[in-house]
Amino acid sequence: MTSSEFGTYGGRYVPETLIPALDELEQGWREALADEAFHAELHDLATTYAGRPTPLTLAERFAPGKRIYLKREDLLHTGAHKLNNALGQAVLARRLGKRRIVAETGAGQHGVATATVCARFGLDCVVYMGEEDMRRQKPNVERMGLLGAEVRGVDFGTKTLKEATSEAIRDWITNVETTHYLIGSCVGPAPYPELVAELQSVIGREAREQLFTVAGRLPEAVVACVGGGSNAIGIFHGFLEDEGVRLVGVEAAGAASLGSGRAGVLHGARSSILADEDGQVADAHSISAGLDYPGVGPEHAYLRDIGRVEYVAATDAEALAAFADLARTEGIIPALEPAHALARARELDAELVLVGLSGRGDKDLAEVLAQR
Amino acid sequence: MKTLVIYLMADPETPALARAAVEGGADIIEIGFPFSDPLADGPVIRRAGERALERGMRTGPCLEVLAQTRELVPGTPLIPMTYSSLLEAYGWERFPAAVKSAGGTSMIVSDLPAGERPEVRRVQLVAPTSTDERIAYAGEQTDGWLYLVALTGTTGAREDLSPALAGLVERARRLVSAPLYAGFGISTPEHARAAAELADGIAVGTRAVQVAEDGPAALQAYVSTLRGALDAV
Repeated sequence: MTSSEFGTYGGRYVPETLIPALDELEQGWREALADEAFHAELHDLATTYAGRPTPLTLAERFAPGKRIYLKREDLLHTGAHKLNNALGQAVLARRLGKRRIVAETGAGQHGVATATVCARFGLDCVVYMGEEDMRRQKPNVERMGLLGAEVRGVDFGTKTLKEATSEAIRDWITNVETTHYLIGSCVGPAPYPELVAELQSVIGREAREQLFTVAGRLPEAVVACVGGGSNAIGIFHGFLEDEGVRLVGVEAAGAASLGSGRAGVLHGARSSILADEDGQVADAHSISAGLDYPGVGPEHAYLRDIGRVEYVAATDAEALAAFADLARTEGIIPALEPAHALARARELDAELVLVGLSGRGDKDLAEVLAQR
Repeated sequence: MKTLVIYLMADPETPALARAAVEGGADIIEIGFPFSDPLADGPVIRRAGERALERGMRTGPCLEVLAQTRELVPGTPLIPMTYSSLLEAYGWERFPAAVKSAGGTSMIVSDLPAGERPEVRRVQLVAPTSTDERIAYAGEQTDGWLYLVALTGTTGAREDLSPALAGLVERARRLVSAPLYAGFGISTPEHARAAAELADGIAVGTRAVQVAEDGPAALQAYVSTLRGALDAV
């Protein structure tokens, strides 16, 4: 019954109540993919509203002696790659006749993107956010409010993205007949991981073309940060078939679901998760709220197992150093999430490197200043 | 004779509570093996699970509680109710075997819909959103009886019995030969009676977990009010 599996990962490990909605979503998604009008609408929104294509920037002073190109999703409307997915799913939700949107958010970037598209299309919007993340990412909470979304704090468990996701799914179970769950990463039950990857793959497609234009060839390596993994899967998808291109995913050292996790089931999918030997999900720890998640998209677990992508980690301190260096050397303040990718990219044994700069760092200023 | 299913969270007190529930008139006991991220559960059972985990109720101790309960209530079906992550960690084949050897009768996996892991024999669930096709399929696959999720939502007490139950029972009667027991949102004798007029039995979780905090005597008294309501149908 499950149509999108990644090896033994993926699936639909959800209460029965949601199965018909997932079937409906899957069918609506297949129909949309086959419909030129859907692609035309997405393209129009991308170019006239979101700000695509995003540029490629050579970070000469950040990494002297190398050519590190930054794929500038930080310049996308709302300041992160999350909008690619939110726009696509909002268009899909309208095709399915759903007028209410529920979402989870960690760093707040997905919540802001969702609130934005709901404002744009006149949809009701509820965003679940852990209270610890609301504290760390206060500006994004304010932004969601301005955009007309209702932010519901989650005050139990880790009070971060894990619990926010669980509460969003519980809301969806309760209101499934009227509501579309606009999941923010390539996680969750099928068909979400595949759907989100497809909507984010515009990053990799564009970057590949742009690199050919500026460098005349493929990069030696593509580096992206991995929390749930949507910006990484989006950029990697542009290069999966290019066997000579190294793909490197960078996790937060305290939230390395792929590096130090085990097979487990969380939020509707089998993947690699941080859990104890009994399958109880462990707490993740990262300075970056967007990476502070004990799970990861099932496709990443598959890509790890088949050896196509290497997954490494960066510590909070390494990310903070790269954050500061990019600001000083390039005049770009990155989000803390892609700062993890920057930290690994600059020491990579490669000359031509593409880095997914998934978002901008305005939201992180208070957290960064507090660390000084 | 309508069937009364009572849910208890696995804790060291569970065997004594299960015996009290059986003495109060419960026919089947579900024993919750707690999971850190229980998607199908509302706040009461979620918090009971968090407390159980804090007390160390991991899979091994839960199986011990199951075995102890089996000794105290030798004639009552015992059904662990849990989530996929525990089976993934313990082993998809090893977990059901361990449940069986500890005296479990079947099991329920809340986030394992019919069709996923068909090799794991279990009581299947259907919901008001389920299509006829899925109800029929779950009915074929189910182990003993079919769990009707009476409402579109998570576990928890509600003011009124779900209006969706009648339609679900009507469809399931047409499609399924196994007995139909309804749960979710059933907490009072009035709910119990109204649900039992439709289905072959009822399952009560959230309110039972709350009452169980006051000990076996309180639980027995509560369960007997449900028994009385069912016997009046």
